Amino acid sequence: MESLMAVTIGVLFATAIYMMLRRSIVKLVIGLMLLSNAANLLIFSMAGMVRGAPPLVPEGLSAPPDVVADPLPQALVLTAIVIAFGVLSFAVVLVRRAWEVVRADDLDRMKDTDT
Amino acid sequence: MQLAILAGFILAGLAPLFHHWLGARTPLVMAMLPAGIAAWLLAQWPVIAAGDTLLLEWAWVPGLDITLTFLIDGLAWLFAMLITVIGALILVYTGEYLKGERDLPRFLVVIIAFMMSMLGLVLADNLVALFVFWELTSITSYLLIGFHHTDPVARKSAQQGLFVTVGGGLALLAGFVMLAQAGDSWSLSVLNERGAQLVGHDLYTPLLVCVLIGAFTKSAQFPFHFWLPNAMAAPTPVSAYLHSATMVKAGIYLMARLHPALGGTGLWETTLSLVGALTMATGAFLAIRHTNIKKLLAYSTVMALGTLTMLLGIGTEGALVAFVTFLLAHSLYKGALFMVAGILDHATGTKDVSAMGGLRRVMPKTAVVACIASLSLAGMPPLLGFLGKELMLKSVLAADHHGGLMLLLAFTGAFLTLAVAAVVSLRPFFGQRRDTPETPHEAPVGMLVGPALLAALSLLFGLAPGTLDALVEATVNGLGAVDPDVHLTLWHGINLPLLLSVASLVLGALVFRHWDAVRHRLAYLDPVIRHGPERGYEMLMAGMVYVAEWQTRILQNGHVRNYLVMTLLVLLGLVGHALLIRHPLEIDFSVDAYFHEMVVAGLMVAGALTACVMRSRLAAVAAVGIMGFSIALIFVLFSAPDLAITQLLVETLTVVLLVLVLFRLPRFATLSTPLERWRDLAVAGSFGTLMTLLMLSVLNGQRLPRISDYMVANSQPLGHGHNIVNVILVDFRALDTLGEIFVLALAAVGVHAMLRFHAAEYDAGYDLAGGRDDNG
Repeated sequence: MESLMAVTIGVLFATAIYMMLRRSIVKLVIGLMLLSNAANLLIFSMAGMVRGAPPLVPEGLSAPPDVVADPLPQALVLTAIVIAFGVLSFAVVLVRRAWEVVRADDLDRMKDTDT
Repeated sequence: MQLAILAGFILAGLAPLFHHWLGARTPLVMAMLPAGIAAWLLAQWPVIAAGDTLLLEWAWVPGLDITLTFLIDGLAWLFAMLITVIGALILVYTGEYLKGERDLPRFLVVIIAFMMSMLGLVLADNLVALFVFWELTSITSYLLIGFHHTDPVARKSAQQGLFVTVGGGLALLAGFVMLAQAGDSWSLSVLNERGAQLVGHDLYTPLLVCVLIGAFTKSAQFPFHFWLPNAMAAPTPVSAYLHSATMVKAGIYLMARLHPALGGTGLWETTLSLVGALTMATGAFLAIRHTNIKKLLAYSTVMALGTLTMLLGIGTEGALVAFVTFLLAHSLYKGALFMVAGILDHATGTKDVSAMGGLRRVMPKTAVVACIASLSLAGMPPLLGFLGKELMLKSVLAADHHGGLMLLLAFTGAFLTLAVAAVVSLRPFFGQRRDTPETPHEAPVGMLVGPALLAALSLLFGLAPGTLDALVEATVNGLGAVDPDVHLTLWHGINLPLLLSVASLVLGALVFRHWDAVRHRLAYLDPVIRHGPERGYEMLMAGMVYVAEWQTRILQNGHVRNYLVMTLLVLLGLVGHALLIRHPLEIDFSVDAYFHEMVVAGLMVAGALTACVMRSRLAAVAAVGIMGFSIALIFVLFSAPDLAITQLLVETLTVVLLVLVLFRLPRFATLSTPLERWRDLAVAGSFGTLMTLLMLSVLNGQRLPRISDYMVANSQPLGHGHNIVNVILVDFRALDTLGEIFVLALAAVGVHAMLRFHAAEYDAGYDLAGGRDDNG
């Protein structure tokens, strides 16, 4: 499964970079979304993917009886998902403001500080 | 002692406050500090005279073996005395020279900070501490040269001095690191005992070259001599103190200090004696061309610094004795002469000696002081300068390498210096009275005390050289000579050095007599001199600016895409190199997925690709949404229920947010050319491939023990939670979560602010909102 995910993640990264290299500012935002998802998935699958063994301790025990999925990358990715959302909403509102103020959706026209 | 120096720095910072209370008397009060340190040093004299060293230990960064230990032996004592005594006199002089100057407090801050740095430099026993003080002197020197910061010439000169000395400082740092490695210690006193080990070490040559570059730039040795005369843009007390008596001697001090550790080899002797001799002749030769009294003196300082370097290069006991004597003599007479130059400048309003004349009637006291100091500069008996020059000529004659060449250069230097001395003392004070921009008047007492005292010392030590025996002996001892026996006398009988002195007197008198003609002749050489090392410096600076402009145009052109492409290409190059070339790639590609998992993966790929090609914004957002929900499915399938819940929530919110804002955003536009698209596709494709390969090779690589085993085992016992991921988030790695909350809060504030300013835009108009937008 990890090999399949590796290819999937590669495609996700490639699309993210391609979108971020566009001049249209909305496409940059789409690229940002793709990139954060690709990165999260990378961290998640890098730790090894386990089916049907969530990292939970059964009631009455002090540790899981069997091997469970690695909880640490899950915790990291959870943080990352939330932060990515924060960044995305900020970026979206920023783009909207920029569009309202300068009426330019071409990043090449926004390259100077006094656009 | 360390405390005294630290207190000095604090006092420097408080100077403006003192100035507020004491007004124009501040410099006088401030002079108590160096005077007090000088008195303390004097009290230590019996220890030093007995040939012992004083070691004041103070751990600074114990873990890194960096100490602020001070080492006071004869050499350090001599330098520290010069710094404090001349420093006190300079402060007294400054009180008059800068009377009524608005920026006097600033001047005091910097010059006292300099004084303390310089003291630290000559007393430090640790290489790191020495280097820190070394750089501090460079910085304070920069601030002092550029004291009149409204004058572009002063600014340019200050920058030049800084670049040259700090550039050399970098080399010095590298040299110190190598020195510490080769000698296995950061302590100068230890290193000086390991001379044989250092000289035989593989790093000896690079180490010596680096250290010498540092010393040569600081002490204005050829070809770095050009910054010193330009540094004369500084106020005269600075020129007298930093650029003749103390700071420029830091390089000399360093070479002297390391003489026992690094000296005695062919490389050391050849480099030092030839560079020194060349500097000596260059300085003296260039001095003659100038009529500006400060430039004349500056070039003659270059000449003296060259002499000192040369004497260290010769390295015999006689040469070391000559070194110490010449050093002392030079500090005394040059300090005095610079202060006289400042008096003349003040009194007449010009620095041009050819415009002055017959001032002895108006300024008799200054004239006497100037004549005594000049006699010492010229090397005339019975002054200390004579002694220095005789000893110098004697050791050059006795040198066992490059003797002829050095003698020629030394002789040239000697008679040209004589001419310079004559120009400085005879021109302004004797001959016909000339009109000057201001009506000359005798200098006030405060300005005369310093030079008079220094000149008197020159005379006193010259008349009774025996008083110096013990000091010279102790200093030479610090230079590594074994059991020196020093007896300085003024009269050595009629010998070769004396005859050379007489010959240089005659030649020097001739040059002085025909000075104007000589200058005119030398003017023919101007085009050649203009192509000297200073031209090289200017070309280097221009080149640097050009390269900076060029690479900014290429790399920092304001296009986001360019930055991204550059970063990605560097990443591709470095990671790709490590992945493919340094480690053989081992990939075990096996697909053991169920059909439904493949479908989910396929959905993700399809979603991402669709988002790229859609022309409609809504369709693109929907495609990204499909991808996001597929990722949530992956989390569900592979044992991450918490992630799945979060992803679902966030994905829903994202889609809602985008749909809300979407129709206020511009439509997709096709802006790039097909060629650009292919280029971007290539970059993106190779980056995606790299990530895939990277992940595959990591999966196949050796696994380290999982750090999460601890968390799995202790989640319930320590964290009292059954959901391990939750326990990690709120307990084991709670700080991360706190950071996350901060980021979210900041993003929320930012979003809120931008939406609020949107309302203000309609109220207050377009410009106001546009201006505020930068802050949001």
